[in-house]
Amino acid sequence: MPGKTLDFVGATGRAALRFAGTVGEWGVLMQDTIRGLRAVRIWRHLVFEQMMRIGVASVPIALFIAAFTGIVLALQASYTFTGAVPVYLVGSLVGKTMIIELGPVLTGLALAGRVGASIAAELGTMRVTEQIDALETMAYDPAAYLVLPRVLAGAVMFPAVTLLASALGIVAGWLTAIQLLEMSTPEFVRGLETFFVPFDVVFSVIKSFSFGLTVTSLGCFFGFRTRGGAAGVGRAATSAVVASSMVILVFDAFWAAVLL
Amino acid sequence: MIRLRGVHKAFGEKVVLKGFDLDVPRGATVALIGASGAGKSVVLKHIVGLLAADRGSVAVDGREVAELDQEALYALRRRVGYVFQFAALFDSMTLVHNVEMGLRRVPGLSRRDIRRRAAECLELVDLEGLGDRYPAEISGGQRKRAGIARAIATRPRYLLYDEPTTGLDPVTTTVIGRLILRLREEIGATGLVVTHDLGTAYEVADSMAFLHDGRVRAHDAPGEIRISGDPVVRSFIEGAPELMETLA
Repeated sequence: MPGKTLDFVGATGRAALRFAGTVGEWGVLMQDTIRGLRAVRIWRHLVFEQMMRIGVASVPIALFIAAFTGIVLALQASYTFTGAVPVYLVGSLVGKTMIIELGPVLTGLALAGRVGASIAAELGTMRVTEQIDALETMAYDPAAYLVLPRVLAGAVMFPAVTLLASALGIVAGWLTAIQLLEMSTPEFVRGLETFFVPFDVVFSVIKSFSFGLTVTSLGCFFGFRTRGGAAGVGRAATSAVVASSMVILVFDAFWAAVLL
Repeated sequence: MIRLRGVHKAFGEKVVLKGFDLDVPRGATVALIGASGAGKSVVLKHIVGLLAADRGSVAVDGREVAELDQEALYALRRRVGYVFQFAALFDSMTLVHNVEMGLRRVPGLSRRDIRRRAAECLELVDLEGLGDRYPAEISGGQRKRAGIARAIATRPRYLLYDEPTTGLDPVTTTVIGRLILRLREEIGATGLVVTHDLGTAYEVADSMAFLHDGRVRAHDAPGEIRISGDPVVRSFIEGAPELMETLA
């Protein structure tokens, strides 16, 4: 039995060391990326293209998720409140929940799958086919050329897509309320305004900004450290999505604890 | 001049270079031959600072590569053209944009100069008219030539070729060999050609270095290597593993 306990302690220690090493490698890549800010000529013309790929191309999936979330929130709020709580509070619940929680988190998780996997697979393929080495041999800083435009685009576009998605979720909740729940528009709006504070929007932007940095930087990180051909690219994409999703949920709790 | 002295390199438990020495004199073309996995490409990556030696010295034009700051390293890389084994072309870009990539990092070149020089390089490797194609739309031999065009675009002082003929048919192999010779005449670059294709090595090299067990086992003129009495060298050039077995 002591032998098994020692094995467990040893395995835990090795896993902790690997984890710390991985976090350290991510930190080094981020340091290189921040240094890359100086090389404006390398990255400035690439940011817009990445904003289109990361942000604009993600709008349909984000809106789809937000619309159905808004509908379900309205229906479930009505079901829960019936006979106990004034029904106009359906508007409060839909608005508050979409802005401060489900809008940012569901958009973040959806984009972790779409954007994070795509970045990791693209850069992973570039790594295993020596395209990143080729960039270096041509005197390009890969962090400035590949990572920085993606991280900047993610930091800007995640909040934008999240705000759009939250707004559509609220609209979907409102349409559901007036069409299926026999509420009036003034009732829904009254509920919406009752607990709304402008800081909610700031809170949503801060969260989604951190999610954008998380998804894009982890996508780049796992792409950069890809080894082993097609299987390695697949592993990089999976790791990027899993790690991004976990960090998003950790950040979600962190911001709630710190800012609310 | 490229000079490597006592270079050691290991990847985890796997020791690849164990005191590797090689000189590539100015204007010469040296072929580095050896078995697959012997560490030939690792040598090239040390020269441009993609890998750092665990021990030993790697110097280009008298300056230690490991001691260069970022700007000096970029300046070195602009003087070195690197032809990758599988071309490593940027698959999201057309051939002409691939060639222009390196030129955009050369100070003082206008857009017009860049376009003109990219077109010249594609012409030099007989790819004129294919500049608008993507790497996926051309053959393996054309990809190799496009990789060479990209490497020579900055008019480098040194050209490093990593297995330039691997995976090509005999005719295309000959075409690439002749291209390497022609480029040497036209741009006068010092060359280091990593290959296990002996035909190409005999054709393009002034001297051949044989990498075995992490060190240079023999370094001589192609004619001398061809008639080497060293059983390890003979085993490689004759493709006769039984000669190696007699040593074991």
